[in-house]
Parts: sequence; structure tokens; C-alpha cells
Amino acid sequence: MRYADGSVDEERRIALIDLLDRVLAGGVVVTGDVTLSIADVDLVRISLRALISSLSTLSVTGDVPVPDGTRNGR
Amino acid sequence: MTDTTGIWMYAVTEAGHTADLVSTATGVAGERVRVIGEDGLTAVVGTVPLAEFGADALTRNLEDLGWLERVARAHDAVVSTLGRRIPVIPLRLATVCLDEHRVHEILMQHRREFTEALTLVTGRTEWGVKAFADRKTLSEALTDANTGDAAGGSGTAYLLRRRAQLAARESVEREAAARADDIHERLLHRAAAGRRNPPTDPALSGNPEWMLLNGSYLVDDEAADEFRSEVEDLGKSFAGIRVELTGPWPPYSFAGAERIAP
Repeated sequence: MRYADGSVDEERRIALIDLLDRVLAGGVVVTGDVTLSIADVDLVRISLRALISSLSTLSVTGDVPVPDGTRNGR
Repeated sequence: MTDTTGIWMYAVTEAGHTADLVSTATGVAGERVRVIGEDGLTAVVGTVPLAEFGADALTRNLEDLGWLERVARAHDAVVSTLGRRIPVIPLRLATVCLDEHRVHEILMQHRREFTEALTLVTGRTEWGVKAFADRKTLSEALTDANTGDAAGGSGTAYLLRRRAQLAARESVEREAAARADDIHERLLHRAAAGRRNPPTDPALSGNPEWMLLNGSYLVDDEAADEFRSEVEDLGKSFAGIRVELTGPWPPYSFAGAERIAP
């Protein structure tokens, strides 16, 4: 799950990326005071940070690149 | 419903028998999944503790990859299970309402969008297609393509070939982009809708390959076989380009109003 011990299951991780790509960037976004107002942009950024920080083999510095234009928000 | 729980939204459907289909499903908090109906639309939801799924907790937990993976898979399991049986519109991960009244409000306020989205996805399935390029092979293939019939032993042929090599090296990025456009176009012909997402960062995917295309396509279920063979053909069409199919997915990429509303 953590992928931090070097025994990365590549297929599983790629599959997870595909899934996160969709559940975090797709789906209907409901905004306004009806939800706990987790901004969609922040959500993607947060998840990317989580992913990056979990990769022990990489030393990532600076801003995490956030894919743009994938969001369905209105 | 108390102050300590919220309502996690999984999906919206319009089928009257949705409740039966989710009766055995377990949600992101291990909760029993249930439905909330409003004027023909059905929200598939679960009651979750705010201690784990409230705004503050979510902000914290979303940074924990183990938590994120578990919740994303649980969310997807509910949506996918349902999506295999009836048309569904998935909600973005972590859509949490404070009470049932707000779920009713969402269904009412967004009724038109949900209905239109459901119409769009009915009888269709989302597929993911990714194309990866091998820079060296692609460059060689471009050289061959540029020289065409000029292959041979003559000096002219050699010069043409040499020139093509140099041109290929310079233009490989541009050509790769053109190939990606090509693949996307051909897939769009087989799909009801399609969209290109930004390539996944290699740092995230752990895949160092050069991703040319990260597309999602909404395909008529009746045309799914043709779409799959088109993907297979595309994988063989361009030397140096590998094409990968993922899915079937619930229509995550085709649930938003932006592609439905004019």
C-alpha cells in the first residue's frame, strides 16, 4: 500500500494511478455550501503530494506538477 | 443522522430498483450503502463518521496514500458494481454532505445535469487508452517513412536517407504529437465521446515511458469489440508507439456538466 519499501508492485501502482486519475479528476463536482467544500483542485494537489511523498526512490523538490484541464468542475 | 456523521455520495442513478442492487454493498467506511430518492433520481450514499471524513480529517487523510487508495478503491467498487448493471453518474471522490436534506437539494438543483449525463452514458462504457512512444524506434520509423521509396544503394538515396534521419530527429516531438492526434481522432470515430487528459507524470506512475496520449472514450456497448480491435490495430500501426487499453470504467470522465451543457 505504501510503496515506500522499494517492493513496488508496478502494475498495481499504475492501476492505482489510473483509478485516482478518474475518481479525483472525474465524476460530478458539487460545489457550494451543500458539501464540506473540498475544492477539487486542492484534492488533486493533495493526492499528488501523497503519491510523491510515498515514492522513496525519488527525491522531488519544488512544486508538484498538477495536471490541468482534467477537471469537470463548474 | 447526528452531528458526528456525514453522507458520502457515490453515484446518482434513475433506476427505481437501485436500492436492491446496492443492498449488499459496503462503502468507504465499511458502512452499509443505501439510497436517497428525489423525484425520479436516486443518490447512492453511505453514512460516514466525520471524525474520518469531515473536512479537516479529509484534508489530513487524503495525504495518506494508504488511506487514499483504500477509500478510492472502496468508492470505485460501489460505483463499478452498480455501473455494470445500470447507468450511473459517479460523484467526485470525497463528496460529503452534512445531512440528507442536502442530498435532496443536490438532486433537485442539478436534476437537469444528472438527467442529461445519464442519457449520455446509457448503453455506453468508458475505456481508457494510453499511447507510449519509444523515442529511438519512433525516430527510426520516421526516417524510413521520410525516405519512402528512396531506399537503395545510390548516392542520392543515401543523402535522402541521411537528410530524413536528421529531420526525423528534429521533428520527432512534433511527429509524435501528430501520431497522438491521429490515434485520438481514430478512436473518436469509434466513440460517442472522448477526451484527452494530461499525460500522467512519470514520477507518479513510476513508468518512465514517454506518454503521448492519455485518453478516455465513451463507447457504445454494442461497439465495444470494434473499439477494442481498433485499439489493437493502432498498437500495430505505428512503429515505436505502444497503445494500452484500460477499462471498462464507470463513466468518471463523462459525468460532468461541461460536456453535456451547451
